[in-house]
Amino acid sequence: MKHIFQDKSNGINYRRLENIAPIIECSSCGRNVLEELARTNSSICPFCGNDFRMKAHDRMEQILDNGSFKETNKSMSSVDKLHFPDYTKKLNKYKKSSGLKEAVVTGIGAIDGRKVAIAIMDAQFMMGSMGTVVGQKIVSLTEHATKNKLPLIIFCASGGARMQEGVLSLMQMSRCSIALNRHSEKGLLYISVLTHPTTGGVTASFAMQGDIILAEPGALIGFAGPRVIEQTVKQELPDGFQRSEHLIEHGMIDNIILRRNMKYTLSHLLKLHTPFDGGAL
Amino acid sequence: MKQEIIKKDAWDIVMKARANNRPVGRHYIDAMFDEFIELHGDRLYGDDRALIGGLATLDGIPVTVIAQHKGSSLEERVSVNFGMAHPEGYRKSMRLMKQAEKFHRPVICIIDTNGAYPGIGAEERGQGTAIADNLFQLSSLKTPVISIIIGEGGSGGALALSLGDHLIMLENSIFSVITPEGCATILYKDASKAEEVARHLKLTSDDLMGFGLIDSIIKEPKEFTKDTMSDLVSVLKKEIVEKIYELIKLDTDELVIRRQEKHLANAGV
Repeated sequence: MKHIFQDKSNGINYRRLENIAPIIECSSCGRNVLEELARTNSSICPFCGNDFRMKAHDRMEQILDNGSFKETNKSMSSVDKLHFPDYTKKLNKYKKSSGLKEAVVTGIGAIDGRKVAIAIMDAQFMMGSMGTVVGQKIVSLTEHATKNKLPLIIFCASGGARMQEGVLSLMQMSRCSIALNRHSEKGLLYISVLTHPTTGGVTASFAMQGDIILAEPGALIGFAGPRVIEQTVKQELPDGFQRSEHLIEHGMIDNIILRRNMKYTLSHLLKLHTPFDGGAL
Repeated sequence: MKQEIIKKDAWDIVMKARANNRPVGRHYIDAMFDEFIELHGDRLYGDDRALIGGLATLDGIPVTVIAQHKGSSLEERVSVNFGMAHPEGYRKSMRLMKQAEKFHRPVICIIDTNGAYPGIGAEERGQGTAIADNLFQLSSLKTPVISIIIGEGGSGGALALSLGDHLIMLENSIFSVITPEGCATILYKDASKAEEVARHLKLTSDDLMGFGLIDSIIKEPKEFTKDTMSDLVSVLKKEIVEKIYELIKLDTDELVIRRQEKHLANAGV
């Protein structure tokens, strides 16, 4: 984005312009896009079709029926239990920059009139890392879905377990697995949607426990991060390694769905899970 | 007397947990169980030597044993990939756990790994999926599961064998979300800060007990090697056997609910 600010030849003060209409640079084609334009276009670059990082609430708006969303555990927020250096400072910083209280937004909504429990992770809050609050919000939502016989959808985006909460973060993987197991035992549907990036402890737990696992195109999905792997194996990683397209080729996910088709696909899948009791259709 | 009061330093414990002469998985199989017979392979791709599986008796009770094994000599360490399992390891453990469930045979998991292996093949064959499946299956496995952390409890790769009914840590073992080196590299871009980070991560058996995440700690001898492990093994064996007698009497549904509630209670919030 810098180059346009430096270009004074056309007399436009882009800094000022940006204050009025924020601009984002596409990481794929490098062109500048008005943030508002991107937002109304499902956060897709109008030039090259690249998916921009999407805010949790924008995604809710895109996926759920208008006005159907009721947020749960809205005010739940993390505390520095381990007295980990700078953690409180970091939490405050991300609260401010993202406008969120934590890295996941949970609630109940409807997709084409079908009621669902839904969680959407937001990588803009501490890389979507999972600490005790993220774990608890997902457990609590899943328990609600189990009790009320609702299908569950989780949009994953995470750098993994949150280091600053140590082993307490790690335990959330077990807790989410148990809650999802109970949901599953009741014959209820869980759809996991992997968005960029989904790694670490989230991949090694609920991201990969869906009855159906979908992914957005080009999303980085893996257990270990690419840098760690590169340092371990001391060789260059293959092209497209750990991207959605690589995972589908290796049989690890069910399908790759374009963002603009996501609501329709989820709606379709929910419809296909309407119980058939043998009566007249 | 005075030394008893001094709080042990987390980094010293990390070093002890990783010490070269510390007993490893195979030593516990030899010292604790009788009539061990190894069962290999995941029936899908291969046999991961970083994780030993098999059947044995413990004080006459038939059990399934799943042990992460770091190896002793350098040659052996290389051959078992330093105890870092690929997805095949976790799929072997899952296969043997399901088999144990069928015969209602208790499962004993011995945990000792720096973490699941971060490699190209491991990712392509679904390292995350394999661990996630282990956690999901253990959540409702209808047979008692007892886990012991004997050295390093490294992240998801260790957690995959820890979702059971009873979790024991040896005094100088660790259980952590990430290695201190990994954490220091990410936070400070400086692995040499690992020593300091280790203190913040709260990864010692005392820390875990303080959080209520483990059920017991077993004291280690001062010089802890495979030649001095017999007393510890007797204590460990006694505790496991008592636990098996208690758990095996439970109705399987009750056993599962008890396990689920135990872990769900570890909210940390």
